Amino acid sequence: MIALAPGQVVRVRDDWPEARGPVHIRTPHYLRGRTGTVRSILGRFPNPEDLAFARPAPSLTLYHVAFDPASLWGDARSGDEILVEVYESWLEAA
Amino acid sequence: MSLTETELLHVPGEALLVAIRDLLEAKGIVSAAEIAERIAITDAASPAIGAAIVARAWTDPEYRTRLLTNGSAAAEEMGASMRGAPPLGVLENTESVHHLVVCTLCSCYPRAVLGYPPFWFKSAGYRARAVRDPRGVLAEWGTTLPDGVSIRVVDSTADYRWMVLPRRPPGTEGWNADRLAAILREGDMVGVTVPSL
Amino acid sequence: MCEPVDTEPHELSEFDREVDALRQMLAMKRLMSVDELRRGIEAIPEAEYHALTYYQRWIRSIAETLLRKGVITAAELEAALADSGTRA
Repeated sequence: MIALAPGQVVRVRDDWPEARGPVHIRTPHYLRGRTGTVRSILGRFPNPEDLAFARPAPSLTLYHVAFDPASLWGDARSGDEILVEVYESWLEAA
Repeated sequence: MSLTETELLHVPGEALLVAIRDLLEAKGIVSAAEIAERIAITDAASPAIGAAIVARAWTDPEYRTRLLTNGSAAAEEMGASMRGAPPLGVLENTESVHHLVVCTLCSCYPRAVLGYPPFWFKSAGYRARAVRDPRGVLAEWGTTLPDGVSIRVVDSTADYRWMVLPRRPPGTEGWNADRLAAILREGDMVGVTVPSL
Repeated sequence: MCEPVDTEPHELSEFDREVDALRQMLAMKRLMSVDELRRGIEAIPEAEYHALTYYQRWIRSIAETLLRKGVITAAELEAALADSGTRA
C-alpha cells in the first residue's frame, strides 16, 4: 500500500466485500467508489476487519479524508464537508 | 429438551444478561463485584468533564493549544480517565466552520469526556441524517447557523473519538471557567447546539 | 432511517448499565473486543434488529460471540437460564 499525503486526492475502492461473505467493514457504503482529499494522517491501528473475527490484525495507517457532500448527494450546499476516518487498505490515488 | 443456539439467542435480553453474568461469575471469568465497580467508574464520566475542558480552553490560550494538539493528554489534565480509551480528537469551531459529530456505523462517542452517548446520538434518524442533511438535524434542536458558516460533519468510523470545541458566546467577557462551564450542554460538544446564555 | 430525531433524554436502565459494564469487562479481559461486539450486532437479521433495543442488541451479540468462541457452551447457558429462572 502506498503512503498518502495531506492534500492528495484519493478514491475509496468501489468494492463490496459484504457480497462475498461475513465481514465487518468500517468504510461506510456512502463512500464506496467516491473521491475525496486526504486532510491528515491519524496514526496506525490494528485492522478492525480482522479484530472483529478475533484474527491477528495487522496495523494499518488511518487517514482523515474530506468529501464534498455535493459529490455524494447532488443537492448539498457548497462549502460543507464530510470528514471520515478511512484505512489505507480502502484508498487509492485518484 | 435442549435449546438450539438460535432459541438461546431469542431469550429476552434481561434473562440472557442474568444467566450470562451468573455463568461468567461461576466460571471465575467476571465477577459481579467487577461489574458493579465498572458501572460506578463509567457513571463518573459525564458532560461536566467536557464542559470543564471547553471552559478552560476558552480562558487559557496555552491549554487551548495543547488541547488542539493532543486531545487525550489535555483531557487527562482535566480529570478524564484516558487510560485504555481511544484517542480524543478536538474539533475547533471557527467563525466560518461549525462541526457536527456522528457515528453512522454504530454509536462511537467520546465517552471519556462526555459520558454515555445520549439516546438521540444512537438513533437511526440521527445516524442517517447527520451526514445527509446536517442543517435539518440542527433544526431538530432549533439550531440555525449564520450565513457564511459551513458545516463539517465528522463521521467517527474508526479509532478516534471526537468532541467539538464550540465558540465562546458573546456576553461572557470576564467570566471565570466555572461560570462558563455551567452554561455548556452536552449537545454543544457534539455540534447539535451552540452555547447560549 | 430518514425520520425525525427524538431529541428527548432517555435514562439508562440498570439493565443498560450492566450490559455496558459487562462488555467493558469482557474487552479488558481480552475475551471479546468492541469490534466483535459490532460484528455480532451487524449480523442480527434486520427484522429482529429493529425489534430490539440498543442494549438488547448488545447482549444478543455478547451471547452469540461467547458461544461461538467457546467461552461458554450452549448447555452451560441453558442450565444458567434454568437456574436463574427458578431463583426468586
